[in-house]
Amino acid sequence: MSDQQQSGGTAAIASSPPVGETLMDVTGVSKVFGGLVAVNDVNFVVPHKAIVSLIGPNGAGKTTFFNCLTGLYRPTTGRVNFDGSDITAKRPDLVTQAGIARTFQNIKLFRTMTATENVQVGMHPRLRSRVTGMILRTPFVRKEEKAARERAREILKFVGLKRMDELAMNLPYGDQRRLEIARALASDPKLLLLDEPTAGMNPQESEELRTLMERLRTEQDISILLIEHDMKVVMNVSDHITVLDHGEKIAEGTPQQVRQNPRVIEAYLGSQA
Amino acid sequence: MSAALASLRSGRDAITGLVPGWLFAAVLLAAAVVFPYLVGSGSFLDASTQTLAYVIMALGLNIVVGFAGLLDLGYVAFYAIGAFVIGWFGSQQFPDVNGGKGIHILASDRATFQPKLSGGKLDIAGIHINFFIVIFIAMAITAMWGVLLGAPTLRLRGDYLAIVTLAFGEIVPRVFENSTSGLFGIGSTDFSHGRQGITPIDKINLPWSHDLLYSDANLKPAYWVALGMVLFTIFVNRRLRDSRLGRAWIAVREDEVAAASMGINLVRTKLWAYAIGAAFGGFAGVFLGTYNNTVNVDQFEFGFSVFILAMVIVGGMGNIWGVIVGAVALSMMNRYGLPQLNNLSEPLGFDVTAISFGIFGFFLLIMMVLRPEGLIPSGRRRLEFHEAEIEGAEDTGAVGDMSQMYEVRR
Repeated sequence: MSDQQQSGGTAAIASSPPVGETLMDVTGVSKVFGGLVAVNDVNFVVPHKAIVSLIGPNGAGKTTFFNCLTGLYRPTTGRVNFDGSDITAKRPDLVTQAGIARTFQNIKLFRTMTATENVQVGMHPRLRSRVTGMILRTPFVRKEEKAARERAREILKFVGLKRMDELAMNLPYGDQRRLEIARALASDPKLLLLDEPTAGMNPQESEELRTLMERLRTEQDISILLIEHDMKVVMNVSDHITVLDHGEKIAEGTPQQVRQNPRVIEAYLGSQA
Repeated sequence: MSAALASLRSGRDAITGLVPGWLFAAVLLAAAVVFPYLVGSGSFLDASTQTLAYVIMALGLNIVVGFAGLLDLGYVAFYAIGAFVIGWFGSQQFPDVNGGKGIHILASDRATFQPKLSGGKLDIAGIHINFFIVIFIAMAITAMWGVLLGAPTLRLRGDYLAIVTLAFGEIVPRVFENSTSGLFGIGSTDFSHGRQGITPIDKINLPWSHDLLYSDANLKPAYWVALGMVLFTIFVNRRLRDSRLGRAWIAVREDEVAAASMGINLVRTKLWAYAIGAAFGGFAGVFLGTYNNTVNVDQFEFGFSVFILAMVIVGGMGNIWGVIVGAVALSMMNRYGLPQLNNLSEPLGFDVTAISFGIFGFFLLIMMVLRPEGLIPSGRRRLEFHEAEIEGAEDTGAVGDMSQMYEVRR
């Protein structure tokens, strides 16, 4: 993280792929639970260095779609291509290793671990210690653990969480959301999936989160896929919005286009007839 | 909530602040080392030596149950496997090996040959490998079986996991019992002597010495060997707890879905817990095999798994020191306390050992009512227990919602 910040603009631009190139390509993903079609044939693209949003009424299938992308569910049909490789129905840990990190709608922190430890768990797939090394505590393991701890604190500082040695369960709600993001960032993702990150936040916290997302994109070259109900956040931060209703994609486009789409208005406000 | 937690934490800080940790550990260790001189070489030292072996097993089970949060009711299987390994590699069980001359690797004189009346030496048949080599062989074998028995249970949780592990704890001793003509029905070698079991087992000797380390009249060295094994176990436990793997275990225990989403390979993480936990079961099993001088299927009962599990729970799941205290308390009560009590009650025509399980159960009941988190709970566990109390268990229902839908795969 600090490397990219310090290396300055030119190097970052030279090494990063051009904006707009596809990072994740989802084609025809459906998920059926028994007779219920939760997600129906959704096509979806996330470009590099983009913030795209997924919105829709409650029960529209947004979180189910997330779970299909991250390997928690196996999609009934469809393909998910990420960064040049097929990750359809891969195990969640392999998806994370491929470069997709996520947060959860209902916060799923490791509650009895400290904030720093939570982030260190997020680093798990990037650490290389082996069991014999851990038992003997070789210089390599010692060095790696120390670096991991420092990196964890750096990330926590980046997301603005100050009480680093506090147990996760004792943190205030907004900080728990922040910690979820920090933990996700620890795996060095290329794509960050945020599931309703501003739920339960006050307007000021939402605004801080919006700034954080912008910084992640510009400073860390991370693409963000956002599920969100707070339309102020969605409209301000997104490059591109996709609207789901009853598991189907009913609209997509820029915030301006989506705002004026009659089908979207109908889905949210109900039809006049 | 915060006030209650603060008082809990300050209580701990007051104790740890008084004496530095290393000093406390050093004093404790010194006391443990000189302990045999204080109690002599009687039945109390005998009970203490067995207790040390139970401490090893409790610490091993603690990795599975306390760290990784996987319920295991069949831990006795690994005791059995470890004990049979010393039974095979330290007795006359296989008389035909090496043309009846036997295999001897750093074994004591007594296990190697017996003097003939005519003055020559007669090789003792069977495999006789030094105890200090066999413990590591047994660790490797039990770790492998830990993985083999753990693998089918990976999809299971809670009650179902308990039932399957319970079954393994029953199956393994039965397999040994029926191995009088080949193992798993292959071959015709006698592996176990059936219900009679394997006896005698070679006594411990140091690799560079040809003499036995201890005798029935002087049990001190056996105690020290067990103490050394306990120290090794504590060392490995502590290192693993504070490592990347230890963090992964706690993460899996707290929330499997979140752990998997953080890039933790659930299968590998759980199998490591099973393997390492099992390895310590075998480690202690070898010691008990040679110390008891017999390996017998009757030793490997379901009650033993429960006994070890009770040590972990009573002491404080997940806390290394708590588990040690729990193991010492329960084991000494079982091995020494009840027989002593029996000596007192026998003249009155009342046999305490007949109701030993009743006394045991009563003790556990009291314990679970008064202090469900164990004698010395880990900080994490204590929080888990008191969090529910303090917050009124408001969101416990929401914890498992997605995990039930989570399609666990390999």
